[in-house]
Amino acid sequence: MSDETNATTQKLPAEIDRRAFFTKIGLGSLGIAAAGTIVFSYEFLSPNVLYEPSAIVNAGKPESFAMNSVTMDVNSGIYLVRAEEGYFALNAVCTHLGCLTAWNQDLGIIACPCHGSKFTRTGEKIEGPAPKPLPWLKTWVSDEGDLMVDRSTDIPPLQYLRI
Amino acid sequence: MPLKADQIIERVRASRVWQSVFRSGTGSSTLHRALAIQQNIFLHLFATKVRKRMVRFSSTWYLGTLTLGTFLILVITGILLMLYYHPSVPQAYADMKDLQFVVSSGLFLRNMHRWAAQLMVFLVFAHMFKVFYRGAYRTPREFNWVIGVVLLVITLLLSYTGYLLPWDQLAFWAITVGSNLSSSVPLVGSKIHFLLLGGNQVNANALLRFYVLHCVVLPLAAILFIAVHFWRIRKDGGLYVQQSEPKTKAPPAAAPAAKEAK
Repeated sequence: MSDETNATTQKLPAEIDRRAFFTKIGLGSLGIAAAGTIVFSYEFLSPNVLYEPSAIVNAGKPESFAMNSVTMDVNSGIYLVRAEEGYFALNAVCTHLGCLTAWNQDLGIIACPCHGSKFTRTGEKIEGPAPKPLPWLKTWVSDEGDLMVDRSTDIPPLQYLRI
Repeated sequence: MPLKADQIIERVRASRVWQSVFRSGTGSSTLHRALAIQQNIFLHLFATKVRKRMVRFSSTWYLGTLTLGTFLILVITGILLMLYYHPSVPQAYADMKDLQFVVSSGLFLRNMHRWAAQLMVFLVFAHMFKVFYRGAYRTPREFNWVIGVVLLVITLLLSYTGYLLPWDQLAFWAITVGSNLSSSVPLVGSKIHFLLLGGNQVNANALLRFYVLHCVVLPLAAILFIAVHFWRIRKDGGLYVQQSEPKTKAPPAAAPAAKEAK
């Protein structure tokens, strides 16, 4: 009897016995479950459907904007500018920490009320703390002749839309 | 013969109902007093014996206790405010205004909550400064300092999440700015921002998430860590008193000479 037991013990590799095997299985399953929990939590916490306004804004007829005017659309957070060179749209959200900037007609600048950043009409930074200029947004004219802006697509500056 | 107050108390303490709740029994010996503390689920967090100089005003200015006091005020007034506040975009601001102008004692409760919140942040910092400058964070209390830092973070997060709930312009832009700070975290910044707000902008999801964090998640975390914080005071040898620390030994050569001089 004792000889048999010895024989069985010798056959098994010394580094893994039953207890160590089950410990490894147990810890492995816990690890998999923990990883699954992290993935599940991340998926659960990120909403799949957002009830946020569309990124594409219909700004109306281009002719409704006067020459050399800066018009702010507060709801969508964009400026529509009609300059001599053409139309363009700027994102009105400050590049510093996301406040809504405002156009100051008298000074001819865009200023942020939160931390005092200043920009020119073309979005160039005059004064910090904003790290970047206000981005230009993709603009085009729809088939119905409306001026359209895509808030989610930035374009390089000074690309005027000529109509 | 009318009973004296202490006789009534003794009779109550000897009754079966009292004995079934409090196991320490009657009597006022040191053992009984110690058992009364030790066998109570709330009081057992604290030491059974405290040195008088530990509870002197000058040693702590009671800043930790005062912080707990503001926290309790915040929990009570906060629960009451929850009865009239709906964390939804159309209602949040109106409910806040209703609390100010329509609900009986609403203005008092809301102001109490607001002022206690400001005071709690102040007291947490004052408590930390007092602990720091007295050197009370040193061994064996260093881990309780770490728990204190966790409680500081929880306090600031409670303050921050509560800021959004009035849903006014100040709240909206403060949270817009504050949440944009989290976008600055390398690599995962924009993901954290998205998860925190439940969207790309401060909106209905953000209001609800901040509400749940403010009213459930963070208070529970605070209570848990406050309990550990108090328990650690006992485990780390009670409140810190300067005199109770071992004095640095005088140089061995000088010691006999000093004795002779006496």
